[in-house]
Amino acid sequence: MDIFIQQIINGLVLGSIYALVALGYTMVYGILGLINFAHGEVVMIGALTALTAIGVLVPAGLPGPVVVLAGLLIAIPVCMAVGFAIERVAYRPLRNAPRLAPLITAIGMSIVLQQLAMIAWGRNYHTFPALLPALPHRVMGAAITDLQIIIVVTAALLMAALLWLITRTRLGRAMRATAESPSVARLMGVDVDRVIAFTFVLGSALAAVAGVMVAANYSIAHYAMGFMLGLKAFTAAVLGGIGNVGGAMLGGLLLGVIESLGAGYIGDLTGGFLGSHYQDVFAFFVLILVLVFRPSGLMGEKVAERA
Amino acid sequence: MSDDVLLAARGISKRFGGVQALHAVSLTIRRGEVYGLIGPNGAGKTSFFNVLTGLYSADEGSVTFGGATLALGAPHRIVGAGISRTFQNIRLFGAMSALENVMVGRHIRLRTGVIGAILRTPAARAEEADTAARAHELLRYVGIDRLANQQATHLSYGDQRRLEIARALATGPRLLALDEPAAGMNATETAGLRALVEKMRDDGLTVLLIEHDVKLVMGLCDRVAVLDYGEKIAEDVPDVVRRDPRVITAYLGTEAV
Amino acid sequence: MNPVAPKLRAHLGIALIGVALAVLPFVVGATFGNSWVRIVDFALLYVMLALGLNIVVGFAGLLDLGYIAFYAVGAYLYALLSSPHLALAFPAVFASAPDLPFWLVLPLGALVAGLFGVMLGAPTLKLRGDYLAIVTLGFGEIIRIFLNNLNAPLNLTNGPQGINNIAPARIAGHALSRPLELFGAQIPSVTLYYYFFLALTLLVIFVCVRLQDSRLGRAWVAIREDEVAARACGINTRNVKLLAFGLGATFGGVAGGLFAGFQGFVSPESFGLLESIMVLCMVVLGGMGNIAGVILGAVLLALLPEVLRWGAAPLQQALFGSVPVDPETLRLLLFGIALVLVMRLRPAGLWPSALRRRELAAHADGSAP
Repeated sequence: MDIFIQQIINGLVLGSIYALVALGYTMVYGILGLINFAHGEVVMIGALTALTAIGVLVPAGLPGPVVVLAGLLIAIPVCMAVGFAIERVAYRPLRNAPRLAPLITAIGMSIVLQQLAMIAWGRNYHTFPALLPALPHRVMGAAITDLQIIIVVTAALLMAALLWLITRTRLGRAMRATAESPSVARLMGVDVDRVIAFTFVLGSALAAVAGVMVAANYSIAHYAMGFMLGLKAFTAAVLGGIGNVGGAMLGGLLLGVIESLGAGYIGDLTGGFLGSHYQDVFAFFVLILVLVFRPSGLMGEKVAERA
Repeated sequence: MSDDVLLAARGISKRFGGVQALHAVSLTIRRGEVYGLIGPNGAGKTSFFNVLTGLYSADEGSVTFGGATLALGAPHRIVGAGISRTFQNIRLFGAMSALENVMVGRHIRLRTGVIGAILRTPAARAEEADTAARAHELLRYVGIDRLANQQATHLSYGDQRRLEIARALATGPRLLALDEPAAGMNATETAGLRALVEKMRDDGLTVLLIEHDVKLVMGLCDRVAVLDYGEKIAEDVPDVVRRDPRVITAYLGTEAV
Repeated sequence: MNPVAPKLRAHLGIALIGVALAVLPFVVGATFGNSWVRIVDFALLYVMLALGLNIVVGFAGLLDLGYIAFYAVGAYLYALLSSPHLALAFPAVFASAPDLPFWLVLPLGALVAGLFGVMLGAPTLKLRGDYLAIVTLGFGEIIRIFLNNLNAPLNLTNGPQGINNIAPARIAGHALSRPLELFGAQIPSVTLYYYFFLALTLLVIFVCVRLQDSRLGRAWVAIREDEVAARACGINTRNVKLLAFGLGATFGGVAGGLFAGFQGFVSPESFGLLESIMVLCMVVLGGMGNIAGVILGAVLLALLPEVLRWGAAPLQQALFGSVPVDPETLRLLLFGIALVLVMRLRPAGLWPSALRRRELAAHADGSAP
């Protein structure tokens, strides 16, 4: 039983991170109807930038949480700039091109970013120093660390703030209007180009936070970490109903839990045939199943067929 | 059912989310006639069209065509049964030549498979030559054979409409469904279109026409049905429909009556 | 002008290309050494792969990001059926290494890869383009993860170590891994493989050209151009797309089998996402849908890493006194930049397909009203 609780806790932590990344996918998709293939790399850049900054700040002797926060605050603008560049280079010039064209440029951007990161940070794994209290609390026979609590709470606060931004502010209204119909929004005086750029930048800021969380949670960061994470977060977005902000949050949490439980029990389920190293496969099976049986996701509306 | 009925739609309903696009629409199209379907914007004309040609499936209702029940929601089977269509916003295969567009229309009447195509068997070769000849014939029929090798997107608007009709004819239809064929045409082009539709009727084809241009419909069609808010409110010869008070209300609004 | 002249010129051109292809390995071998002939052999494999993917992406317009999985299926099936691995891993079942004839194993690999293609395509082909891309990407990763981990509890794939001691291609009783004595001259193994791969590549090109010019080729392009209109024309889009997927996968399977026999060794490393993207680059860069363009793209991109390996490191050494960027990174960087630039500057590729004109039209023109 305590294994079950433990896996749920791990899943919620992981899921909070997925949700933050998934929001980036879903917001861009909601507005442009396109998948930002390079989004995973933004997470990676966030993690590695923060790590580098932390590496510089640690010798200064500041308290651990302050150092991490400082690293995060440096990573966020860097990621925002990267997100902005992705939109400018890979998406804006191709706004009227066939659908596959921006997807291919985005794949190109993703490769470029990954290789640049490799040149900057090397092939090695970077370890995240133990700056945050890792003492586990006991909850119903399972362990939860302060770090895990911080991750879940931060993610929840950010998501609440995002919902507020989207539903209560002028900018959020402009985003929703653009998502509904860019041409009409433009006629109503919305600067559609700016809204789209802002959406990329906003998603990238969340990705930066997620990147630091992943690095802290697994104590590790690597130039190639963005690919798999991005893919899973995209799965989470699809699971929840892509284009739907609430759906991305739900999908992220759900996928995290599915994955954790799956990793914990796959051995028992398959009679020991498959082990926990198949954890990554779960996300893909979930993705394929969702797309085949409920392409609109859990919270997505059924897209009207259009001739 | 009398022999001269080609198509009979019964109780077709279609919902999109909360919107009832079609509400129990029934109508019959007779062999060899030009049948007009009109109605104000958003009346459900195109939705009906899309159900009839298989792009949408209907929530309720059925269609019999030439005595057999149509498999709604399966366009290739509907085309196979003998209904083909054009689109309101012309949809050609842009990267292909005019001729190839028409040849694609023959697809369902051809048999060549992978093996035949690779080995280029005598049967495949004959079929291909026949397809090209037939495509040229159809281009000539609609009057644009001189443009056979032009890229479809380079054709003028009126010629693109004609090309789309040729492509639809290539499927070998018994019923040709035209979705607002005169939209965006000038007076000369519209007159040409009208002549073409009359030629097709004279050659024994049944035509279903959605049109905004009421004058064209009233002049061209043998019978007309009117849709309003997804319901059929009239179906008769143009002269009767024209005087129907419900139709006048639908078109002009209640204040005008 | 004499109407025979252009035809003669075309025949002459083909003859010249034929002679050039025939002497290529000897010229390359004598000038640069046999390791470069080997590189040319690999380029031919990539041409086959790219042509297979071109059916899916170029003709039918379906973005498949997991294409390399079919290459992997072909390679692993060949490896399992032509190496001692099964006998070593399951001595109770296989008394000795399965010793199946090459000409049976290769088509079998193609068939199984094709089946995988259909199995993946059947549930996913109704998805919209970008969703399909992600699902195929996921599928590619699933295959790789399984290859990587299926060494326990049943050792099917030997995990990350891969399978070695794979039997080479064998034609008319001669194993291509050994040089051939012919009229007193010795033809090296890489050259034998060259001719073998060249013959198969020509076959693949032939099949692609024939398919392109057929009812099916037209249907694929119609779907790519406008799927709704294609459906309205009576094309059973699901079946036709499935056919493209299956055929593309089959080509991938053939190339995979050849790769396994040629290399004598397979491991999951060869079948990562980057390989899929590289093959996609070949198709996109060369000119989606244009067979000649795809061949050009495949040859260029297959040779690029070798050129970089040969030129980039010394160049950097000369410029910076060190090698800050290794050739592999540089190669990928260039791929990424190329994808962005090609899509923005030449969206139809370096060698886009021209509008197909038909000779029949020439005399029909006169009779048109």
